[in-house]
Amino acid sequence: MSATPVARSAPPGVEHRARRWMVAGTLVYVGVLVVAPLVGIFWTALGHGLGIVGQTFSRPDVRHAFVLTGVVALITVVVTTFLGTIVALVLVRFRFIGSRVVSAIVDLPLAVSPVIVGLMAVLLFGRGGWFEPFFASRGIQIIFAVPSMVLVTIFICIPFVIREVAPVLEEVGTGEEEAARIVGASSLQTFLRVTLPNIRWGLLYGVALSAARALGEIGAVLIVSGAIQGRTETATLYVLRALEERQEASGNVVALTLAAISIVLLVAIEAFKRRQERIREERAA
Amino acid sequence: MSVGIVIENLNKTFGTFQAVTDVSFTAEDGKITALLGPSGSGKSTVLRMIAGLERPDYGRISLAGEEQTNKPVQERRFGFVFQHYALFRHMSVRQNIGFGLAVRKESKEAIRARVDELLDLVQLVPFAERYPDQLSGGQRQRVALARALAPRPRVLLLDEPFGALDARVRQELRRWLDDLHRELGVTSLLVTHDQEEALELANEVVVMHLGRVEQIGTPSEIYNHPTTPFVAGFVGAANVIQGHVVNGEVRFGDHQVVRGAEHLDDGAAAQAYVRPHDVRLGADRESPLSFPATVERVSDLGWTSKLRLRFPDGQVVIAQIPNEELGEIGDGDVVQVDLRNAKVFSPDAPEIAPDPEDQFAATG
Repeated sequence: MSATPVARSAPPGVEHRARRWMVAGTLVYVGVLVVAPLVGIFWTALGHGLGIVGQTFSRPDVRHAFVLTGVVALITVVVTTFLGTIVALVLVRFRFIGSRVVSAIVDLPLAVSPVIVGLMAVLLFGRGGWFEPFFASRGIQIIFAVPSMVLVTIFICIPFVIREVAPVLEEVGTGEEEAARIVGASSLQTFLRVTLPNIRWGLLYGVALSAARALGEIGAVLIVSGAIQGRTETATLYVLRALEERQEASGNVVALTLAAISIVLLVAIEAFKRRQERIREERAA
Repeated sequence: MSVGIVIENLNKTFGTFQAVTDVSFTAEDGKITALLGPSGSGKSTVLRMIAGLERPDYGRISLAGEEQTNKPVQERRFGFVFQHYALFRHMSVRQNIGFGLAVRKESKEAIRARVDELLDLVQLVPFAERYPDQLSGGQRQRVALARALAPRPRVLLLDEPFGALDARVRQELRRWLDDLHRELGVTSLLVTHDQEEALELANEVVVMHLGRVEQIGTPSEIYNHPTTPFVAGFVGAANVIQGHVVNGEVRFGDHQVVRGAEHLDDGAAAQAYVRPHDVRLGADRESPLSFPATVERVSDLGWTSKLRLRFPDGQVVIAQIPNEELGEIGDGDVVQVDLRNAKVFSPDAPEIAPDPEDQFAATG
């Protein structure tokens, strides 16, 4: 019997060409929109030698901006981790009247421009806002201060956690949780020992995305903070000011640092996940 | 006879769907009771209510005289085996089995000893450090069973435990579960749609249909004395013959007769349910209970054959006859047929009995 070629689903020429175009398109996209800007920042930041890095980081306003960004991002990560997980659990595990509406609203911060988010915060907490008298009478300043910056950042970042965790919860299903309850686990034990380990990678991804976004958020923060140098100026706001003041080099150093932190964050989680999987496979073999 | 689980008047609706209606039965201590019914009959919902995973709209669940209805799931100390195993995927076999003990804060040594004991019982000692996704379906279900048994449950609830397994493994596990039950004697409730499984394993069978109990009895009672048309048709294969009642017999065609309609009025329409192995061939030509039929098709199944027989009035029955009794019969032959052990029901009998007791009264 002579060898017959395996049947192909489409004429080889057409499919081949289409595939080549798709690969080329993807490469162009990644090259032009992702790699080129990174290289550009890298080039302008370090083109005049590494001295600019030392100079930039010795500036007190830059240091303060990074500390502030760190504080805002840290609080955001902690709050979005807890709140995002709880909201995802409620949306996936509980059926209540209006749950579909709530599920849709949760995505709103992703769809609305951050500038509008900032504006809403000003309307609520600013002079004449609904909540302003409550805080003002207690001497707490929200707008043009750290609290409002944290608030809008959390608002913008929380959908990342919810949207990563919810589908994982959905996919994992309720079987294991029910099995844990029947065998004697309380609801807290069930969550900590069964649900949490099952959603941990989704949660970690969501938190990483949330952290990356918190580091980079600018629109809403610009509106609510007033970008007061040395007080409410975050790293991204510093970059903005550096560009306006024609200090591209130090601005680019700060931008590059922010980008590097985000990239390291995502790569580290991917590496950690792979290592965990490998350890598990080795242990079982 | 001590009382095991007593279920009284369980009812459950999901939205507007009435899933379970007035279900009552008793599962004897130390025995296997099967809840048998087609999918959608409410049997799994009953089991989930007993486990505490669903809250009944009303009704009572008690164990050894102690009410369980409103007890939280984790305090009932029941074991549950799911159709799709529901093993903890991030835990090893050992951790899965020990989970119920670990959450009760038992000592490490006690957990280890009990898990070793169970690994031995379910014959999975070499697989202790594996993860669920590295096991076959049959192995996973044995881990699930060990996990359910580890905290020494008062009752074992099995929800279609072999439903996701292939036929050979299912047979094997069924036999194994039977042995295991003989050894441990834990009161068990088995939900299944497989009548063979129910009849083989259970001491008592509760047949459910459309959310209600159709009949409760031993496997032999359910098989040989079905009290509703549904049970007659669902448990074991059955031919249904349409006719009318004359002198306590069902007549169909010109002068074909099936006995067993004493409980129905003369002239009423009737349906006779006859099992394939109760269709006999070669009976006495002179007997009024023996009449001719044409063989349409003979299928040899090895030690028995299935015959498709057509009566002169056009009705068709399937006969199952051991090959050694069959002789030289082929397609197109005319044979004498005798229909035995028929269960006769009125065709307008409600498909769902309003109350199973009424059905007992009607036929008993």
